[in-house]
Amino acid sequence: MTAVANRRAFLAGTGGLTIGLTLPLGGARAQAMSAPLQPNAFVRVGTDGLVTVIHKHVEFGQGPATGVTTIIADEMDAAWDQMRIAFAPANDPLYKNLAFGTMGVGGSSAIRESWMQMRMAGAAARAMLVEAAAKRWGVPASAVSVANGVVSSGKRKAGFGELAADAAVLPVPQNPTLKTPDKFVYIGKTFAKVDSKPKTDGSALFTQDVRLPGMVHAAVRRPPAFGATVKKVEAGAAKAIPGVIDVKPIPSGVAVYARDTWAAQRGAAALEVDWDLSKAETRSSAQMFAEYSAAARTPGRQVEASGDAAAALAAAARKIDATFYFPFLAHGPMETMDYVIAKKGEGIAVHAGSQFQVGEMRAICGVAGVPFEKSELIQHYAGGSFGRRATPVMFDGTEAAACARAYGFAAPVKVVASRENDLTGGYYRPMTVHRVQAGLDGAGSIAGWDQVIVAKSIMKGTPFEAMGIKDGVDGNMVEGANDTSQYKIGNFRLGQHLMDTKVPVLWWRSVGHTHTAFVKETVIDELLTMAGQDPVDGRLALLKHERAAGVLRKAAEISGFGKRAVKKGRALGVAVHESFDSYVAQVAEVSVGADGLPKVHKVWCAVDCGIAVNPDIIRAQMEGGIGYGLGHALYGEITLGEGGQVQETNFDKYRSLRIGEMPDVEVAIIDSQEKPTGVGEPGVPPIAPAVANAWRKLTGKAVRRLPFAHGDNS
Amino acid sequence: MTTSFQLNGKPAAFDGDPETPLLWVLRDHLGLTGTKYGCGVAQCGACTVHLDGKNRRSCVTPVGMVAGKAVTTIEGVAGKTAEAVKAAWVAIDVPQCGFCQSGQVMSAIGLLTAKPRPSDTDIDNAMAGNICRCATYVRIRQAIKDAAGVKGARA
Repeated sequence: MTAVANRRAFLAGTGGLTIGLTLPLGGARAQAMSAPLQPNAFVRVGTDGLVTVIHKHVEFGQGPATGVTTIIADEMDAAWDQMRIAFAPANDPLYKNLAFGTMGVGGSSAIRESWMQMRMAGAAARAMLVEAAAKRWGVPASAVSVANGVVSSGKRKAGFGELAADAAVLPVPQNPTLKTPDKFVYIGKTFAKVDSKPKTDGSALFTQDVRLPGMVHAAVRRPPAFGATVKKVEAGAAKAIPGVIDVKPIPSGVAVYARDTWAAQRGAAALEVDWDLSKAETRSSAQMFAEYSAAARTPGRQVEASGDAAAALAAAARKIDATFYFPFLAHGPMETMDYVIAKKGEGIAVHAGSQFQVGEMRAICGVAGVPFEKSELIQHYAGGSFGRRATPVMFDGTEAAACARAYGFAAPVKVVASRENDLTGGYYRPMTVHRVQAGLDGAGSIAGWDQVIVAKSIMKGTPFEAMGIKDGVDGNMVEGANDTSQYKIGNFRLGQHLMDTKVPVLWWRSVGHTHTAFVKETVIDELLTMAGQDPVDGRLALLKHERAAGVLRKAAEISGFGKRAVKKGRALGVAVHESFDSYVAQVAEVSVGADGLPKVHKVWCAVDCGIAVNPDIIRAQMEGGIGYGLGHALYGEITLGEGGQVQETNFDKYRSLRIGEMPDVEVAIIDSQEKPTGVGEPGVPPIAPAVANAWRKLTGKAVRRLPFAHGDNS
Repeated sequence: MTTSFQLNGKPAAFDGDPETPLLWVLRDHLGLTGTKYGCGVAQCGACTVHLDGKNRRSCVTPVGMVAGKAVTTIEGVAGKTAEAVKAAWVAIDVPQCGFCQSGQVMSAIGLLTAKPRPSDTDIDNAMAGNICRCATYVRIRQAIKDAAGVKGARA
């Protein structure tokens, strides 16, 4: 088995240490983390009977902390209310993501990668408690059972806490017996999330909430264009603001230190900076779109090909030739990027909601000029990410480290990005253009499909380049459009152009699928209409994967697609897409809103993510994915204006979906015994094409450009 | 200059520029961090508090404006309506990342205090200023209805 639930971990939990910690109690966690016996496993059982799960992934809303707790509690047969969680320290040997080789999460992998590891961790703990009870009572282990946190044999009963010390001295079973699915008591059922209460009453601690004695607040004035640098700073006006303490240049701009955030932000705004724009990105979005769409008219680097798409298209009876435009998108997590960094011995203590704990700590320590081994990450809840906290170059953490270092570590430094810095600071979903030529033969079957994708690579030039770019092909850019893309199309060609810009780009909830699903699902819908076929039946005849067909049939069934009358002025649109090994189909009921944009009344969603560990979290992620995807399909656009300046500086211009625009959502989860896969991202890709397909039915206009609010969408 | 006001039922004071937004006085000076910074321009609602019992965006409220008034934050909000809203929120696991939720809860309490049995349109209007980037809106609506004892689907 993996290195979990070992003896030292059990001892750590039985040494009189207060481990009944809950996340909002930062002090209790700090106490546990700084104990002589450091947590080096996933399960700890205290003499007080509490079971603490050391959670290795960041928790920013997708629910893995509850998911992992569910898995461990189930294998242990623990009582739900004895479970506690704490976040793991930055330690790759113990807590690496098994799919990445380092700590971190992404690609909706939290449950997918740790499912067996957590089951083993829980099962080993259970086996040791059983063995301890068997020894104490002089009965064979087979005569001992566990249910709801109580170990028993006949009339004898004991809680986990009473057995923990005895269990701690036993050998750790290397291959504990796992439950068969029919014995699951929590998996597949709905239990209260571990963090709903503190996140409701304001007590949950986020990095933004960390306060240390003597702490100063830093705000960074960033350049007005990507790639610009500081030429000269006049700090007099900033320093004159009451509460401003100091001003220092840092690589990403100029840092202002103050006694509170307000003074720091005002100080940053008051700086008079002469910027060197000679190496800056000065093109506007409009110019870049023009260049990208010109590139899309040439074949590009071939990603894959089968049959002869060119010949098939030349001979096609009817054709579509469409160019699609997708803008830069900001993630806009509610909590902007933030860090608190304080000197601690020969190293530093870093408070963060870190998504790549070890890589980010190494980068922060590198910039701070302190040893990683002497430094500590104190992990907190993070207020959303959607990809934003996963910058391969660790931009935000290293900026904070530069702020702390420039201040000489004279005090703990808290760096909270302003919303303006968050939205105008780059690390966007790449602007992307697709061109698709697709055609039908005389019989109405798809004759050929030729697609070219144009964007800046997310991973090129980052530490992830070797992982993400193979043989010149950027996997993130074409995922969902390449051979996983579901439909049986005989003559197919996919090409790709990697573009260059100083605008930093990043994974954005569902990454390449944000645009590839839109193109695939709107073009297939149009082809089926041209062929006179039903959107659901036509897809079912073409889908490669039975699980994709399964969710499509389910979504059609629960929405009554094609089987019921739809209210006047409304239409149903459908889309199905596989991403991150999960399958999702959605049907959207849409009308033309008073503002001329789509009004989405209801979405029916079917998801197949293997074994449903927490059905209610799966439903919540489908609801959230639909809302996130819909909000950006309607309004989301980061625009570089003339000279390359970002136009959307706050939420007044970067519009979010608001409550009145949120459709009702009905979710069906496919019953499955496949291994569990992720749900954080897969709910996003189908919603925009489902709405666009309904929109084409309503208005006769195919949608070629997002967001809808941009206008000129056909 | 000192600004005095009531905070969660107790006297509080801030010594500094009266233009300082209440948000930063609460968070950076008085240590009440349940009230969040999300945008600073009254667009997201994460900073919602009650001023003399009514919803107020603390990020655009100079502390000087609350002199002599009663400020209630998520840490101090209490009473039957507040307890009903919080219980409803937890019962159906509204929060995802959770960062906006104190503001959502404060706005919902403000709504139900003014309108104990809100319609869907009332909910849309009262909660329109509270952004949730996780889009927990389906559950926010449901939790408000549960807390109010209102049944029925949206029109």
